[in-house]
Amino acid sequence: MYDFKYHRPASLDEAKQILSGNEEAKAISGGMTLLPTMKLRLARPSDVVDLSGIAELSGINDNGSRIEIGAMTRHADVAASEVVRSAIPALADLAESIGDAQVRNRGTIGGSVANSDPAADYPAAVLGLNGIVKTDCREILADDFFVGMFETALAEDEIVVSVTFPKPKRAAYCKFANPASRYAIVGVMIAELEDSIRVAVTGAGACAFRFTALEEALSGSFDADVVSKCQVDATDLNTDLHASAEYRAHLVSIMAARAVTALGG
Amino acid sequence: MIENGIGAAVRRKEDRRFITGAGKYVDDINRPNQLYGYIVRSPVAHARISSIGISSAEQIPGVVAVLTGADMAADGVGGVPCGWGVNNKDGSPMAEPPHPPLATDVVRYVGDQVAIVLAESRSVAKDAGELLEVDYDELPVVAGLEAASADDAPLVYDEIPGNICFDWEIGDKAATDKAFDEAASVASLDLVNNRLVANAMEPRSAIGEYDDGKDEHTLYTTSQNPHVIRLLMGAFVMGLPEHKLRVVAPDVGGGFGSKIFHYAEEAIVTWAAKRVNRPVKWTADRSESFISDAHGRDHISRAEMAMDENGIFLGLRVSTRANLGAYLSTFAPSVPTYLYATLLAGNYKTPAIYAEVKGMFTNTVPVDAYRGAGRPEASYLLERLVDRAAKVAGLDPVEIRRRNFIKPEDFPYATPVALEYDTGDYDATLDKALELSDYNNFESRKAESAERGKLRGLGIATYIEACGIAPSNVAGALGARAGLYEAGTVRVNPTGSVTVLTGSHSHGQGHETTFAQLVTEMLGVDFDAVDIVHGDTAKVPFGMGTYGSRSAAVGGVALVNALEKIRTKAKKIAAHLLEASDDDIDFQDGQLVVAGTDKAVPFGDVAMAAYVPHNYPLDTLEPGLEETAFYDPKNFTFPAGCYVCEVEIDTDTGQVDVVAFTAADDFGRIINPMIVEGQVHGGLAQGIGQALYENCVYDDSGQLISGSLMDYCLPKADNVPDFSVTTNVTPCTHNVLGVKGCGEAGAIGAPPAVINAVLDALSAYNVEDVPMPATPQRVWQAMQATK
Repeated sequence: MYDFKYHRPASLDEAKQILSGNEEAKAISGGMTLLPTMKLRLARPSDVVDLSGIAELSGINDNGSRIEIGAMTRHADVAASEVVRSAIPALADLAESIGDAQVRNRGTIGGSVANSDPAADYPAAVLGLNGIVKTDCREILADDFFVGMFETALAEDEIVVSVTFPKPKRAAYCKFANPASRYAIVGVMIAELEDSIRVAVTGAGACAFRFTALEEALSGSFDADVVSKCQVDATDLNTDLHASAEYRAHLVSIMAARAVTALGG
Repeated sequence: MIENGIGAAVRRKEDRRFITGAGKYVDDINRPNQLYGYIVRSPVAHARISSIGISSAEQIPGVVAVLTGADMAADGVGGVPCGWGVNNKDGSPMAEPPHPPLATDVVRYVGDQVAIVLAESRSVAKDAGELLEVDYDELPVVAGLEAASADDAPLVYDEIPGNICFDWEIGDKAATDKAFDEAASVASLDLVNNRLVANAMEPRSAIGEYDDGKDEHTLYTTSQNPHVIRLLMGAFVMGLPEHKLRVVAPDVGGGFGSKIFHYAEEAIVTWAAKRVNRPVKWTADRSESFISDAHGRDHISRAEMAMDENGIFLGLRVSTRANLGAYLSTFAPSVPTYLYATLLAGNYKTPAIYAEVKGMFTNTVPVDAYRGAGRPEASYLLERLVDRAAKVAGLDPVEIRRRNFIKPEDFPYATPVALEYDTGDYDATLDKALELSDYNNFESRKAESAERGKLRGLGIATYIEACGIAPSNVAGALGARAGLYEAGTVRVNPTGSVTVLTGSHSHGQGHETTFAQLVTEMLGVDFDAVDIVHGDTAKVPFGMGTYGSRSAAVGGVALVNALEKIRTKAKKIAAHLLEASDDDIDFQDGQLVVAGTDKAVPFGDVAMAAYVPHNYPLDTLEPGLEETAFYDPKNFTFPAGCYVCEVEIDTDTGQVDVVAFTAADDFGRIINPMIVEGQVHGGLAQGIGQALYENCVYDDSGQLISGSLMDYCLPKADNVPDFSVTTNVTPCTHNVLGVKGCGEAGAIGAPPAVINAVLDALSAYNVEDVPMPATPQRVWQAMQATK
């Protein structure tokens, strides 16, 4: 690890001050990606701004129609939250399926979303549940948030404050995990919201994306059988040591069908 | 049974310190004034080094020295030696290229050592290492066996044509060809044995220290055999006599073979410490381990079995290419030859066997012994072939094995590939495995799985392995450049406690417990009054270390022989004290008694008399009670077993789950059944790892693309089932303990059992092969291809 300056601000303003105007500064939440990257000397931030001292970034609230989860909320806390479990059980299940116990006790929803790892689980939830990412200066719709591999709509010094999710009628997340890393090779979130059905896929592409053809098909008939008639295009999907684009495309169908089945379709 | 003696499932003495974090590993050791070494490694797989600029690195505050291969050569340091030579078919010796500890002119794999930076801290050393300016003129790369054997393949060494280190053979070719000519049917198979990385929990580490006043060197190292390192590095690399070089291998966190070898880093820190006259520590991180620890396996083979009309094996023909990597690691040539092809008879009475093996250089990390070392490759090939043969012959996999087994009355049995099995009962072991696995009710379990949409398959594999390589003169004739005996010293202390000095080395095996059980068994001394010392050439007289499941069969027997000498002498002392004849003295419950009387003297009093010889037969007996024995076995031992694996396959995803696994092993006599069971569990996990999860992959440019645990998949707890384990004991006939060895069995027998089960599950799909590891994608692809 290269030398860096460590900060632990107590307020969002203070954090913002350090990050603004310093392109080499990095915010750290759970550190589950940044720390190993720094240890491998693949990242060299001049300053690391630890967000764990900012009280307003933590916590889970039921705002009536939406659940709001503070950016610094750990996966383990989302998994264990009665509020989340009763309003969006699929989200609690997803949080419980991330990494291992150590990761779940450190990693945060804000960190995961801001990182946009192509194989991370949370992006599928944000996109599939039509979440909104609240930052220190604006609200960003899920559809606008994930831009590419490790790329989001966030500005360099923008800090995620919370993620809010509408309460779906029903939702399910099915994941086929990489046996080594346990990241998603493919993860599919299917949600029926008040006015729409959404299908979001993680692990398969550069970043989480919506599988709109399947959304339309499911809107017509919410049935696992329609899934098999709706293959995702493999052209732009990822190929790596563990799975080819074709295999990933196949897994999208399988995971989607399982999610639909889990929802009684 | 004696309490805490042979056969008792005694809890491991060493675990208190391991579990409480009180173990002392090499990296826990810090010497006064110590420097940290960072080894700069080649980022390219094959290149000529045109220059190394060290000035920027040297200027970093805290950097003490930057040393290169040129410095090492100037100091007359030799190359890393190979400890086993094999000959080509024509009798000529194998190609044995030099292996400088730090590359001088050419680097040959990603990870090859180029320089060492010595600094006051690890991070400064690393910072400076990144500033080293090395100009690499890249050369063409052969990153695997296929590339290395192509007609116009680039050469790893200009002077070694075809990248062939050796072209070796064993067995009677003419007789085998004749068997094929006369065969009623032939089963054949092309197989890849996947390349693996051992990934011991503790990464390798080494500290070199030099005592200027006495001109003495000490090397602390993560080794399975410190005396062997002292011999190889002292004699061949550094030119140091034994009395000027102490090698300490303290607690070592797993080896699996990868810590047998003498590695360049050991020589580098030893040399550097004298050069700067300060201790030098180097510790690998996990990423570095992936590109610097010797890898395992990596074979491509063709195998054919000739049979008569009843499925009786007539002949076995095998042709194998084995990847040796870029340099010859310590025992690399022995692994795909004498530790592999000699096991191809397996448990079967195949009358004619011929195998040829080409050892090939590639621009990859050196390949050497990894848990099983050659025997898993043999077992996988043979047991896959036997299942294929069963299909060809129209026989059940169990039946074809029974028909061809060597029977109890056939022992001692000389195979056509140089070994003589002493004992075994393969039918009985198979019976136990079938019973424990509830083989007869498999069909109902299969139907139950089918109801859940899963394909269930059952795979059987038997194995035999040769442990405790011996005797030394035979091993020497086969190319070993070291002896293969073991030494043990038993020191009875004046108050009756016992210190054992063993040349075996424990890096997880539990010697501190099992060897203490031997002492308790033979001397009646309290288990807790026994201390086992190992891993330090300054304390232990001599030793050959631990590998090839040899500790009990060789080191344990050496110890028993030393204990026998102690008993003889103790009886003489007791006879004097009790005014009886030596012949009338027996050991009983920690006392020496005159048989048939109530006259007795506690063992502690005998010990005290030996060291305070006031009432002692000084005219006929030396004082003291300490004995040493060297033991060179008459033969290998031959553990064997039968494994039954059941898998379920998810047809949607190709995911394979091992849902049941039964192991029936014949390890000979068992000293501590709990420890043996643990060894089996660990071996099975690694064998399942090879079969389903682990794969070491290079791209065509020689970059390791499975270079971290994010991509290299070690099996995790939820990847293995609860194992059903049993034993069927036929004691080894040629050592006094009757022991055979258990450390590698699981890793040897599990891979073919798992893959046979996978293929059985896929029988409806007509899949002939799924290469290891049988990942979900590969299984799915195989199902797609034959749909």
